[in-house]
Amino acid sequence: MGHDHDHDNHLDPMAARVKALETILVEKGLVEAAAIDAIIETYEHKVGPGNGARVVARAWSDPDFAAWLANDATAAIASLGFSGRQGEHMRAVFNTPQQHHLIVCTLCSCYPWSVLGLPPVWYKSPPYRSRAVIDPRGVLAEFGLELPADMQIRVWDSTAELRYLVVPMRPAGTDHLDEQALAELVTRDSMIGTGLALSAGDPE
Amino acid sequence: MNGPQDLGGQMGFGPVAPEPDEPLFHAEWEKRAMGMTVAAGTMGHWTIDESRFQRESLAPADYYASSYYEIWIKALERLLERHGFVSAEELVAGRAINPGRKPKRVLKAGEVAGVLSKGFACDRPVEAQPRFAVGDKVRTSNRHPETHTRLPRYARDKLGTVEAVHGGYVFPDVNAHGGGEAPQHLYTVVFDGRTLWGEDCDAGLSVSVDAWESYLEPAGQ
Repeated sequence: MGHDHDHDNHLDPMAARVKALETILVEKGLVEAAAIDAIIETYEHKVGPGNGARVVARAWSDPDFAAWLANDATAAIASLGFSGRQGEHMRAVFNTPQQHHLIVCTLCSCYPWSVLGLPPVWYKSPPYRSRAVIDPRGVLAEFGLELPADMQIRVWDSTAELRYLVVPMRPAGTDHLDEQALAELVTRDSMIGTGLALSAGDPE
Repeated sequence: MNGPQDLGGQMGFGPVAPEPDEPLFHAEWEKRAMGMTVAAGTMGHWTIDESRFQRESLAPADYYASSYYEIWIKALERLLERHGFVSAEELVAGRAINPGRKPKRVLKAGEVAGVLSKGFACDRPVEAQPRFAVGDKVRTSNRHPETHTRLPRYARDKLGTVEAVHGGYVFPDVNAHGGGEAPQHLYTVVFDGRTLWGEDCDAGLSVSVDAWESYLEPAGQ
C-alpha cells in the first residue's frame, strides 16, 4: 500500500472474487450467510473502540480498577462485559509523564478486537508495521503527535496472542467529569498510542 | 519464514497517512471477506497459526499489492483448497461442483454472539518450570526457518531482558504445521532501541516482543 492507498477502491475484481467464494461456501453448506451477517453486525455495531474507552474511563476514575487492570487486564476488562475473540489475553500498559506506549503488530495485524473492534487500514499496512519499531517518533508525527524530546517511547510488538491496550494519561482539568464524559475523551488512537486523550472541551 | 509479512524495520513504504474518519469497511466485499474468514475458521480444520502462515506465504509482490482483506481472502481460498473443502475448478467457476469434505462444524447465526464473546483462548498448562525469570538477560535465537515463526528478523540474535513471564501458550511454529499445540512458556522480552537499530537510534526507545521459551538462550548478567 503506502503510495497507493486508493487500491482499496478498485473493487470489481475483489467484489466478484469474494462473491464467488461465498457462493461456493454457502452452496456446499460450509458457511451460513446469516452467520456472516451476524459477525459483520457485531463489529459494525457492538464491538468497537467505545468498549476500550469505557475501560480507560473506569481506570481513570477508580484506582482499584486501575490496579486490577494493571495486574489482570483480561479479568478487569471482562468485568465490564468485554471479552472474546482477539481479546482473550489482554495486557494494559499505562502512559506516564516519562514514558509513552505504542502498539504494533509487525508480522500481521494483531489488534485487541474486544476493546477496539476491527483495526483501521493503516494499522495493517506496511508503512505503519515497518516503521513503528524503528522510527516511532516519525510515525507519531504523521498522526500530528509530537512528544517531548525526553519522553521515552516503548513499542510493543504483538508477536504472540497477548493483546495490548494503551491507557493514555488522563487530561488535566477533568476532575469534575464522570466516567461517561471521560470516555468521550478517549479516542481509538489514544489506546493504540498514536494519539493522546482529548482535552476536556475538545471537539471530537 | 523470512517472508513479506516480516516488516519491522523495513524501509520504502512511505508515510502512514491515517485516513480521517476512516470507515470501518471500504467496500461491501470487505465485510463479507471478514465475516467469511471468521466463519470458515470456526469449522475447526485449521488454526489461527496456519491461517497466518498461509497469508505470509503469498508471493511478496502479491502480498504488498494486496489490501489486508485481499490477503485474507487469498489465504482463505488456499486453506479451503488445501483442506479439501473447495477445488481449484470451483474457485474458477464460482460455484459448487464437487461434494467436497464435510466440516466438523458449521457456525449458525444464533451461535455467533456466543462464539465471538468466548473467543479462542490459547494459554495452556506447561508442566516444566519456566526457564527464565523477570530480569534475566537473554539472547534471542538466530534461526531462519522456512516455516512459520513469530520471532521477527529485527529481533533475532539480540540481547534483551525478560520483563514478564506469562505462563504456557500454544507454540505457533509447530501448531501452524499440524504438529499440535506444543505449548511453551511465553515471555515479554524488551530490547534497548540501540541494540536493535544501532547508536543512531533515539536513546529513549525500547521495543518488546513476546517470545516463546525456545526463542531464547541465557545471556549471563
